[in-house]
Amino acid sequence: MKILVSVKRVIDYAVKIRVKPDKTGVETANVKMSMNPFCEIALEEALRVKESGAASEVVIVSMGNEKCTEVLRTGLAMGADRGIHVATERPLYPLAVAKLLQALVRKEEPGLLLLGKQAIDDDCNQTGQMVAGFLNWPQGTFASKVKVDKSENCVHVEREIDGGLESLRLQLPAVITTDLRLNQPRYATLPNIMKAKKKPIAKVTPEELQVEITEDFDILEVVEPDKRKAGVMLSSVDELLDKLKNEAHVL
Amino acid sequence: MVSFARGFCRLKFTKAPWSFEVHCSVGSELFVRHKQISAFTSVVRCHGEYSKLLSCYSLLTHGQRRHNSEIPEVDRVKKDPRYDRTLRDARFSKLSNQDLVEFKKIVGDSSVLTEAFELEAANRDWLGKYVGTSQALLRPRTTQQVSEILSYCNTRRLAVVPQGGNTGLVGGSVPVFDEVILSLGAMDNIISFDEGNGILVCEAGCILEKLDSFLAEKGYMMPLDFGAKGSCQIGGNISTNAGGIHLLRYGSLRANILGLEIVLANGQVIDSLRSLRKDNTGYDMKQIFIGAEGTLGVVTKVSILTPARLSSRNVVFLGCKYFTDCQRALKEARSNLGEILSAFEFLDRKALDMVLSHSDGLRDPLPDSKHSFYLLVETTGSCFNHDREKLDNFLEICMDKGVVADGVVAQDNQQFRSFWQLREGITEALSKAGAVYKYDLSIPVPYMYNIVENLQHRLGDLAVVMGYGHLGDGNLHLNISAPRYDSKIFSLIEPFVYEWTASHKGSVSAEHGLGFMKADAIYYSKSPEMVQWMTRFKQMFDCNGILNPYKVLPGSSFKEGSRYRNVSNSS
Repeated sequence: MKILVSVKRVIDYAVKIRVKPDKTGVETANVKMSMNPFCEIALEEALRVKESGAASEVVIVSMGNEKCTEVLRTGLAMGADRGIHVATERPLYPLAVAKLLQALVRKEEPGLLLLGKQAIDDDCNQTGQMVAGFLNWPQGTFASKVKVDKSENCVHVEREIDGGLESLRLQLPAVITTDLRLNQPRYATLPNIMKAKKKPIAKVTPEELQVEITEDFDILEVVEPDKRKAGVMLSSVDELLDKLKNEAHVL
Repeated sequence: MVSFARGFCRLKFTKAPWSFEVHCSVGSELFVRHKQISAFTSVVRCHGEYSKLLSCYSLLTHGQRRHNSEIPEVDRVKKDPRYDRTLRDARFSKLSNQDLVEFKKIVGDSSVLTEAFELEAANRDWLGKYVGTSQALLRPRTTQQVSEILSYCNTRRLAVVPQGGNTGLVGGSVPVFDEVILSLGAMDNIISFDEGNGILVCEAGCILEKLDSFLAEKGYMMPLDFGAKGSCQIGGNISTNAGGIHLLRYGSLRANILGLEIVLANGQVIDSLRSLRKDNTGYDMKQIFIGAEGTLGVVTKVSILTPARLSSRNVVFLGCKYFTDCQRALKEARSNLGEILSAFEFLDRKALDMVLSHSDGLRDPLPDSKHSFYLLVETTGSCFNHDREKLDNFLEICMDKGVVADGVVAQDNQQFRSFWQLREGITEALSKAGAVYKYDLSIPVPYMYNIVENLQHRLGDLAVVMGYGHLGDGNLHLNISAPRYDSKIFSLIEPFVYEWTASHKGSVSAEHGLGFMKADAIYYSKSPEMVQWMTRFKQMFDCNGILNPYKVLPGSSFKEGSRYRNVSNSS
C-alpha cells in the first residue's frame, strides 16, 4: 500500500507574526518558514505505518512556489520515499488544495491519504474533509491514534472528542487528519539528510492535473489583534482588596 | 493556591468567569493579573505593604509561611568547607535599628526589607549551597540612592553585598555573614537605544532576557546568552564578566561594554557612561570593574554594544565517539562555517543522561545510537541558503572523515529550542539530582577532557563526574554529582582539581568568577605579585573593605592592617 501525505510550508510556529503595513497579509519576507507541525505529525504517522509493514511507500506532496521543495526535502530527510511539488504562484485555499489532492490521488492511487488537521497559518481545518468528500472516501479527522489492519484492509482511528474517545473503523482507502497528540515526530538525522538529496521530487502543475484554480473570495484586510490594555497602578492593599471584592468578585 | 518559593508568593484564584493570578516578588512589588476567558483585561500593580498582603492572603488561603532565620552552620560547612576557615571580620559594625531608620530615609519604607521570609531568597544562592544571615535588604531605585546607601555604610562600616539576579554559582552574590544586601532589581529601566548603531544604555537591574526581547523588536540582540537569562541581571553579568554560549562569536563583555556608571564604596559616582566605540583617553577605568564581582564598586548603569539579530539560524546536534573527534569537528567548523559559526558546545554522555532523566519533555535526539560525546553547533547568518549550503558542506565533510558518528539537524524553531534545552538544562538537572560540586575551568582544549576521566577514576563509585561546556572557548564545566555533600568526596576533589588545572596552565575560573567558593584558589591561576596588586586596587577603591567582603581575594591578603602587605607566602 502507498500512503500519500500532504505537507504545507508555513511561518515557523515560534516566529512572532507581523502584519504588513498595507494590511494585505502577514510579513513573510526574511521570516523562518517550517513544515506545518500537524503535517509533520501526519508524515511521522505515515512513516510509522510503513515501518510496521502495513505500507510500502510514503509519498509527500506540497503545493505552492519553488520554496516548497524545502519542506519536501525536510520530509524526505525524515524518511519519505519521494516528493511531488505542485508548482503554482497563485494563492491556494482549502478548496483548491482539496481538488488538487483529489487529482493526485487519482494519479497515485494511494491506500491512505494523511493530512494535518489544519495548518497553523490560516487555521482552516477544511482540506481533509473536502478531499474526503470529493473522493467519496471514509474520513477519520483529529486522529489521536491510528492502527492499520492489513488483513482486513481497514484502519482503526481514535479521535479525542468532548468527554472521551471515539473509535472508528474505516475501510481503506481512507482520509485521516492528525491531531497534536498522535505522535512526536522524529528528527532528521545526518545520514537521512544525505540520502534525501538523492530522492526524487517530481514537479507537476495544476494545469497538468486539470484543476482550475479559482479564487472564491477576496481578503479585504488583515489586521493585528488589539493590544493588551495597560495595567492599573494601585496605591494600597486595601484598594486591591476592594477591587478584588467589588470589581472582580473573587473574594 | 499559594506558594512561597524562592521569595515569591504566588496565589491563584479560580472562580468563573474570572481567574486571578497574584505574583509577589520579594521586592515588595505585587502583580495581579486577572483574565476573563482568555484575554487579559488589566494588570494591577501595587507597591508596598508586601508583608501585610502576604499575611492577609496566607490567612485567606490557609497557606503556610516559612521562617528561616537561623543557618545550620554544620550544614553549610559540609557544603563548602571554606565557611569553616572564614570568620566574620570584626571591623564591620552590626546593623542597628538606627541604621534601618537611615536606610528608610534614603529609599523609603517599602524598599527596606527586614522580615526573615522576605530575605530568605536573597540570603541563599539558588543551589542552596551558600547561605547567609543578612538582616536587611535594600532596593534602591536610583543611582543617587545607591550612592547615599554606600556612603552611609562606609561611614558606619557596614559590610554590603551587591546582588543582581542571584544566579551565580560560586557564592558571590549572597552574604557570607550579616552583610546588608543591596539589590539592584528595582533599577530596571532602559534609558536609551541607538537604532542605527545598536548601542543600548540601561540600568543595572535589567534582566538579560527582557533586554534581549526589547532588542528583538528593534532587530538587535544581546551579545551574551546563557541558561540563567530569565533571571540574571545585566549589572551582575558585567560584575562577573559572564561568558556564555555566544562568546565564541561576539567576544567577551570586555569588548562589548562601552561605558559604565559605578558607585564606589564611599558613595562617589564614577560616570563613564559613554556610547563610543573608540576612546583612548587615559586608562580604561571601566575594565577594572568588569569581572570585579562587586568588590570594587557597584555597577548602576551600562552602555553596551549589541549585534544585529540575524534571521537565518541553524542548530545541529552531533554524536562523536572520542573527544579527539570533537576537536577535529571544531577545526572543521572553524574552516568550513567560518563567520557564521555562533556556538560550539559539547557535553558528554553522562551530562546528557543527567539532563534527560531530570527534565520533562526532553528526549534523546539520537535514540538509536549511544555516543560518548555530543556537540551542539549553531550558525547564525543573514542568508538562509548561503548558511544552509555551508552547513551541509560542513556536515558532509564531518561524516566523510568519520569525525561525526551521527547527528540531527533542527528543522524548525521548536527543534532549535529542544536541542538547546539539552545543553542549557544540565545545570538545573544537576541541582535536582542531589549534591553538586561545580568547577568552571579554562584548559587548553587538547587536555580538556583528561581531568574528567582522572577525577572519575579518583572518585570511583562515590560520585558521577561529567564534563560539558564551551568547547570553542576552551571552557570546561566540570561537575561532580553525588547523593549528598560529603567531606570525603570533597577531599578527593580539592585541591586535586585546582592543582591539575594549574599544572596544565589553565584557569580555575573561566567565567563563573571566584566569589566566595574560590577566593583562596586565586593563587592557582595568578602569581603572588598579581594578587598583591589586586589587593592594592581593592584598598584604593574600597579602603574599609565594605564591598562584598570575604570574596574574590584570599582571606589572608585582606585583613586589618594588611595594607600593602606582602602576600607571596599565603598559598
